[in-house]
Amino acid sequence: MIDKTTTIDNALSQVYDGQTIMVGGFGGPGTPFTLIELLHQQGVKNLTLIKNDANEPGMGISRLLEAGQVKTLIASHIGLNPAAVAMMNRRELEVLLYPQGILAEKIRAGGAGLLGFLTDIGVDTILRDSREVMHLDGREAILERALRADVTLIHAAIADRAGNLIFAKSARNFCPLMATAADRVIVEVEKVVDTGSLDPDQIHLPGAFVDSILALDELTPDYGILPQHAL
Amino acid sequence: MEFCPSMPYKNKIAARAALEMRSGQVINLGIGIPNLILDYLPAGLEVFIQSENGILGIGPRSAAGSEDRNLIDAGANYVTLNPGASFFDSALSFALIRGGRVNLSFLGTLEVSQNGDLANWIVPGKMAPGIGGGMELAQKAQRVIVTTSHSTREGAPKILTQCTLPLTARGCVKTIITELAVIDVTPQGLMLREIALESTLREVQERTDAPLLFPPGEIPRF
Repeated sequence: MIDKTTTIDNALSQVYDGQTIMVGGFGGPGTPFTLIELLHQQGVKNLTLIKNDANEPGMGISRLLEAGQVKTLIASHIGLNPAAVAMMNRRELEVLLYPQGILAEKIRAGGAGLLGFLTDIGVDTILRDSREVMHLDGREAILERALRADVTLIHAAIADRAGNLIFAKSARNFCPLMATAADRVIVEVEKVVDTGSLDPDQIHLPGAFVDSILALDELTPDYGILPQHAL
Repeated sequence: MEFCPSMPYKNKIAARAALEMRSGQVINLGIGIPNLILDYLPAGLEVFIQSENGILGIGPRSAAGSEDRNLIDAGANYVTLNPGASFFDSALSFALIRGGRVNLSFLGTLEVSQNGDLANWIVPGKMAPGIGGGMELAQKAQRVIVTTSHSTREGAPKILTQCTLPLTARGCVKTIITELAVIDVTPQGLMLREIALESTLREVQERTDAPLLFPPGEIPRF
């Protein structure tokens, strides 16, 4: 039987300095906090990270940013992380910002084996100054290149041993897209079940996109309710 | 929820904005004042609130103690779900937006111009936290309503003849709702539709940089 489960010690054995890494999550949900912490402990440097946001100070990828492990961050919005904004303003961190759905589509395109796509989003804005503007059927369009990564790190609720994944609620976000767009896909999950026990109709991402699965023994407080966002 | 004169201005704007919704609509609420609109949904109104992080059908914010760690809106607030809600990934979420399926988008702003230009994402050299979903919503939602304080904290007008900040999208805004007025962007210019109970035509025009058009007859109050 195929078994893609791995151990804490082996999970990131093929992650190296200078790589491009996609990290799932939108805010907390979907963020692989444990894999990020392993990356932090491993101390790899000079990384290019691709994530929707920068989490919040002291949490998630902010740990990597604050430790100086990241050279470039490709994101949509980092406003909930003043530490990251300050690093960007001091030019200690290169930040490339895209409209959120364009970022998602660049990843989707990379995962689907496309080289890029044309869009009219931002064509009337200063974004055009840093983009390639083309013409299609008499209209102006921005050429957006596809994104791929060496490694993708994501969080899922349930995996079977073959890597079929189920995400929970709003924790899906960028995770399944990023899983299609990297050479190596590492998933941390809250629960591993035997292959064959999941209903094929309920699987959000087929196991073919997943290389290894780390079963989480416990969920650290980062995964819990953040009081600053509760009533 | 009723209007009351003592309401904080943000809540007053949100309560008035909620009256622009129609049953059956797919609606996105931006961060800030738009997010408060959830508290003022008219009774019996059946709408689907979309959140960029992959939810259609969010309900009110979660009560203290009943939050779900996997259920937040795009502003990171813990939220509830309404019957008929669904989850999907970020690419599909923006297919909804860019594909034109969002009927109504409420956005906050830094500046808005008389021809509906919107500038709400960057103050060069000062503030550039990112673009988020705002640019795609502004450009592709069927109707964009700006909910904003009438002036900046320093008292400068936000409704301008021409935006000075880099644009989010050109000519996208259809209606502007502030604590003083409801203003429609028309081909002829900015048309005052309603005025706040405690305000005057003179105050609204004085605090608006762009010229206002006044409809004939009594202007309704809110």
